[in-house]
Amino acid sequence: MKNKLSKWSQNQAFWPIVIFLLIILINSIMTGGDFLKITMVDGHFYGRIIDIFRNGGKLMILAAGMTMVLATGGTDISVGSVMAISGAIACSIIEGNLLPSLNGSVPAAIVLAICAGIICGLWNGFLVSKIQIQPIVATMILLVAGRGIAQLITNGKIITINSDAYYFINGGYILGLPFPLYIVIFLVGTLLLFVHRTAFGLFLESIGCNPKASKFAGIKVSGYLLAIYTISGAFAAVAGLIESAGIKGADCNNAGLNIEMDAILAVAIGGTNLMGGRFNILSSVVGALIVQSITTTVYALGVPAAYIRVLKALLIIVICLSQSDRFKQALAKAFASRKRREAAV
Amino acid sequence: MSNQEKLLTMTGISKSFGKAVKALDNVQFELNAGEIHALLGENGAGKSTLIKVLTGVEERDKGEITLDGKTIHPRSTDEAQKVGISTVYQEVNLCPNLSVAENIYIGRAPKTKFGGMDWKKMNADASKLLSGFGLNLNVQANLDNYSVAIQQMIAIARASDIKAKVLILDEPTSSLSQAEVNKLFEVMKKLKAEGMGIIFVTHFLDQVYEVTDRITVLRNGAYVGTYNTSDLPRMELVSKMIGKDYAALNKSVLDSKAEKKGSDKGEPFVKLDNVSHQGTINNIDMDIHKGEVLGLSGLLGSGRSETARVIFGLDSVSEGELKIKGEKVNFKHPIDAIRKDIAFCPEDRKTDGIIGDLSIRDNIVLALQTKKGLFKKISKKEAQILADKYIEQLEIKTPNADQLIKNLSGGNQQKVILARWLATNPELLMLDEPTRGIDVGTKAEIQKIVIDLASEGMAVLFISSELDEEIRCCQKIIVLRDMQQAGEVSDEEISQSAVMEIMAGGDNA
Ligand SMILES: Nc1ncnc2c1ncn2[C@@H]1O[C@H](COP(=O)(O)OP(=O)(O)OP(=O)(O)O)[C@@H](O)[C@H]1O
Ligand SMILES: [Mg+2]
Repeated sequence: MKNKLSKWSQNQAFWPIVIFLLIILINSIMTGGDFLKITMVDGHFYGRIIDIFRNGGKLMILAAGMTMVLATGGTDISVGSVMAISGAIACSIIEGNLLPSLNGSVPAAIVLAICAGIICGLWNGFLVSKIQIQPIVATMILLVAGRGIAQLITNGKIITINSDAYYFINGGYILGLPFPLYIVIFLVGTLLLFVHRTAFGLFLESIGCNPKASKFAGIKVSGYLLAIYTISGAFAAVAGLIESAGIKGADCNNAGLNIEMDAILAVAIGGTNLMGGRFNILSSVVGALIVQSITTTVYALGVPAAYIRVLKALLIIVICLSQSDRFKQALAKAFASRKRREAAV
Repeated sequence: MSNQEKLLTMTGISKSFGKAVKALDNVQFELNAGEIHALLGENGAGKSTLIKVLTGVEERDKGEITLDGKTIHPRSTDEAQKVGISTVYQEVNLCPNLSVAENIYIGRAPKTKFGGMDWKKMNADASKLLSGFGLNLNVQANLDNYSVAIQQMIAIARASDIKAKVLILDEPTSSLSQAEVNKLFEVMKKLKAEGMGIIFVTHFLDQVYEVTDRITVLRNGAYVGTYNTSDLPRMELVSKMIGKDYAALNKSVLDSKAEKKGSDKGEPFVKLDNVSHQGTINNIDMDIHKGEVLGLSGLLGSGRSETARVIFGLDSVSEGELKIKGEKVNFKHPIDAIRKDIAFCPEDRKTDGIIGDLSIRDNIVLALQTKKGLFKKISKKEAQILADKYIEQLEIKTPNADQLIKNLSGGNQQKVILARWLATNPELLMLDEPTRGIDVGTKAEIQKIVIDLASEGMAVLFISSELDEEIRCCQKIIVLRDMQQAGEVSDEEISQSAVMEIMAGGDNA
């Protein structure tokens, strides 16, 4: 039993999970238990916890894709803009402005929106792997241009649509649980299976640590990079669908704004090294829950929204400290000398 | 020896990494002014760790260090430099994207009257300093334009230029040519005459006897003893270092060679038919048969490694034909060669070999995994069995296969990369400087493994700058010069002088 626990605590996801539970605990105490309350209305569960999982869906998906990009030593700051493109395409098709021959078919809209995400990802991957542009610069192109493209698609308007089928993506329930949760489980689950059942994880870590030596060992580095950015693009498109279904329309200026930073933050909280190498997808997903729960906490406690940023900044400081060898050494030293002093007494 | 000339003393030095690795255990060391002192021991004996402890890269657990009679405790390379200790580490740690001159003067650049950087003076000084080492380089070019050997020389030039009392050189000569080594020794002797104390780590015993005054031997993290070089015969030194019978080991290599059956004279495994690659090799014509150890010899840049690169699909065949088992191939990527049972252990371990942040186990299975493909994952259990097998067979010094490869000593990293390629069970094994940085005992073991593998039917392409090593292992040696084949010797004709003659261009080809 004790052995199992200590083995668990070695897992990268251990501390993020502990922190997440702690945040929930603090909230429950501050709200006198209200936070934990889950009510059932019309066979659907409601409550703060459920909110965290539902609203955190987008971020969990983005964080999963971002983890792999960061593992290869790259980064993808275009995900927010890709979300805007995906939402714009889906809503324009459903509204009938784009490709009217599809008669506003929701399934076609979803498929084409995801295809757009894949194309964006291929573009990023092409720039990074074939043209060898530094990832942050390569993906900055879409970060900047993406919202423009989305506006071209919607003719610069904010679109609102009326489609219950489309709303279901964000607001639907299956077996009492919100639909976005199922999307997360499906995407992250598939990804985890792929990473663990094949050698994909090993190859990614190898590329992230030393791309040149990886090539010598027979890994087709540029092919994998292309694949990774494509997955990230596709995932961003799905997140974009969830977001636009949530606001029941497409808002090119605000959809997914600044969310790339939250996704990177989630991965960092999960303990994956942003310089590439070792990674853990599950840990990043929990990181996304932590980021989301901070936002929910602030609302639950009735604190002004401006504090969200301050809290996030504090969180980043804590992460940096916990990853700094110097800080850990200093802490260990302080601890050791106190012990010694105690022993001397 | 009188007390006055004692420059540096280290006593009772201990250092552990975690619970499992005791790298140094109560080690002592002493350096006099105007002395060149060899620090010797097997791979993983603790030489580099002792140096890192001395220069503050690693924090010691216990022990005392005094310099000029004063206790010192540097916390970083920078602090060590300030008290007068200048170091060239085993792994070159210069900045690849700064210029050569910037690398030499980083942190101590000459200033103009107005306090700005004096680029002119810096570049001129750098050129002058390097020409003292026989190097005429464009000092304004980025460092990564130059080979590892040149980078090593630049690091040495930088360290020797800092006005220090103690100069530390950790395996500086492992990638240098004989001419460069000679230059280095000249400089070391000059610095010694000026009263500097020099600590010199190497696995080349010839060099130890050529330049050093005293020798300190470490074994398994423990202090064995300090001796005057002139009083310690070579065989005795070796037995102090490796603690096993070197003579027997050495004999077993020679026996293996003598017993080795002739190679398969049928169709060659690899045939290079007038192969060229723009700018690196011209019209190379050679066969490698199964069961044969073929040596490639020649000076740096003569096209040795470049030939292997073409066979491995890293460089394309621009003219001529490459045939594997009689079938013409056109490799686009190393994986194409790996699938044809070819393995290539590259020369530059740090940049082309190790995946630093991964475990020994992952590093060993990597090439086998790419050969099997993405979907046929090698289970953790199988990987563990493989890793354990090679850790034992190659005597890789580590508590377990979970250790990160970057935490191994240099020589042990080299063994892991060798294991990576042996694990793919290749038909052709290409080894580029496989024993670089490897201690004398293990060197003999690796040579024996190579010969035995060939006896069992593997084809081996053996590239080494150490001629005597090639002569010991190979049945045929092809000598390259200026990217072309200059000649070849085989069987009884193989001798140091025969190879050297072709290398130098004694028109007998
Ligand atoms: N950071 C580290 N973490 C864990 N183990 C380490 C670390 N650094 C060194 N070691 C271990 O300490 C031992 C001594 O290593 P060291 O690099 O000093 O050997 P060395 O004598 O320089 O060998 P070589 O001739 O191969 O360079 C080795 O077993 C090595 O694996
Ligand atoms: Mg060493």
